[in-house]
Amino acid sequence: MLSLTQAQTLLQRGEISSRELVSACLERIAALDGAIHAFLYLDADGALKQADEADRKRKTVAGEHMPLLGVPIAIKDVLTVEGMPCTCGSKILEGYIPPFTATVVKKLQDAGAILLGKTNTDEFAMGSSTENSAYGPTRNPWDLSRAPGGSSGGSAAAVAAGFVPAALGTDTGGSVRQPASFCGVTGLKPTYGRASRYGLVAYGSSLDVVGVFAHSAADAAVVFSVYNGRDPLDATTQDVPDANIVLETEASASLEGIRIGVPKEYFIAGVQSEVEEAVRAAIQKMAELGADVREVSLPHTEYALPVYYLIATAEASANLARFDGVRYGPRVSGETMWDVFYKTRGEKFGDEVRRRIMLGTYALSAGYYDAFYGQAQKVRTLIRRDFEQVFEQVDVVACPVAPTTAFPLGAHRNDPLAMYLEDIFTLPANLAGVPGLAFPVGFDAAGLPIGMQLMGRHFDEATLFRLAHRYQQATEWHLAKPTIDN
Amino acid sequence: MPLTLQEVEHIAKLARLELTEEEKARYREQLSAILDYVAQLQRLDTSSIPPTASIFSGDSHLRPDEPRPALPREALLKNAPEHEQGQFKIPPVFE
Repeated sequence: MLSLTQAQTLLQRGEISSRELVSACLERIAALDGAIHAFLYLDADGALKQADEADRKRKTVAGEHMPLLGVPIAIKDVLTVEGMPCTCGSKILEGYIPPFTATVVKKLQDAGAILLGKTNTDEFAMGSSTENSAYGPTRNPWDLSRAPGGSSGGSAAAVAAGFVPAALGTDTGGSVRQPASFCGVTGLKPTYGRASRYGLVAYGSSLDVVGVFAHSAADAAVVFSVYNGRDPLDATTQDVPDANIVLETEASASLEGIRIGVPKEYFIAGVQSEVEEAVRAAIQKMAELGADVREVSLPHTEYALPVYYLIATAEASANLARFDGVRYGPRVSGETMWDVFYKTRGEKFGDEVRRRIMLGTYALSAGYYDAFYGQAQKVRTLIRRDFEQVFEQVDVVACPVAPTTAFPLGAHRNDPLAMYLEDIFTLPANLAGVPGLAFPVGFDAAGLPIGMQLMGRHFDEATLFRLAHRYQQATEWHLAKPTIDN
Repeated sequence: MPLTLQEVEHIAKLARLELTEEEKARYREQLSAILDYVAQLQRLDTSSIPPTASIFSGDSHLRPDEPRPALPREALLKNAPEHEQGQFKIPPVFE
């Protein structure tokens, strides 16, 4: 299994063709995805056609300016691709074939990427394990009895299993970073507003952002550099210069001048000791490479979870009102229009989605708005200000991605609140809109990957990439690959 | 304070979700636990704190309001469970 930059190099040199690369991916998927279930939809024929087209373009002038030409990529099934089914992991969108393509996907296509298919997700991206998919869970390639994390667990597992060198995910409360951590890959959640949400089926609109998984920071940077940028079709994309991340290829660059803050609120009781040790060792390594490390405080961290589960669910309750059995998806028939709404939504939404819609509906309802939704928005301001203050002292914040390594499938089956607690270290970045980068920094005694998270200033993904890239030049955790028992 | 069954039914009605009796009982218990947990926010004095609705609110970039081609009607109707004469078809709104 090749990394993205390896694949790029071999393709550019003509040492492999895109058809060969795509065929190898398809063979690996055919052999192993029965056990992992990363894909909800695989477009094998279409991918081979795109590959042949890429191999033809390789010989043209246009092909020279397509950074992803011939590189296979998978897309989380909450992003639309014209002509490919888009289920969002839900029965309520079964059979839906979108007539348009998400801007971020279009940018990958324009750069020459081959779309292999759509990956599994918790229903409407609501979950931390991919177990909430209506089409069955994805399994962690490092241990098939464990969850890959979520909600972008399909994309994370697809990269970890060597099915594709990179995949898109989305991150509303940690849905790229936490599965990246659980699956031992690198995952970026960009700044809110950095990349277009056009064609992303909305969950929490003030939090949602499109991210990417790959085997290294350098690989993720290539894909991020292609898909980010302002989009007239998404008014929340910000008017800043597009990010084009260029990383040092020589492993000699010093991290001198970069100030790393270690927030004490992220090293608390309940964090698996091996996770804390591995993250502290990685921070120490960055210090050896020249970075300046100091302790900082983000005092409102403990409130991120309650704030998130009010704001995200309130936004979800509004966003998911559109699924009513009228314009797309299946309809459960009824006598009147109202019957159709109640029955279709009641039957076709899964358990967690209904729970979140109800929670959000309650938080927004007359008599409870100020105490719940209104108060959550105010505390969100306090969380945002924590980050503003910390970024006056340091350039990045370093901490664990999640309190533990991958948990067993079914571990939180009957306790939604326990599942929500998995996200305590990833939610703050979404609430503050700052970028976060997760990457592997070790393994626990059970052989499961441990992830570390760097968070940075708005629109400063470049510093996160620079740090992680330098760390990966000096270490080999990101090169470890799972042995998949089929 | 736990939700009452009537409150759960009211929320489900607002959200247009048909639930079974078993589901109502389960959601009542689970939502009550979650609301108990999130109620900790009320400990904080936020009387002087403005709300954050969106990180970059206020500077959304609106494009010029000019007519441009939309997706073709047939493409949009293709996904509808029922349609007729170029329109989405639904059962009667009133009995």
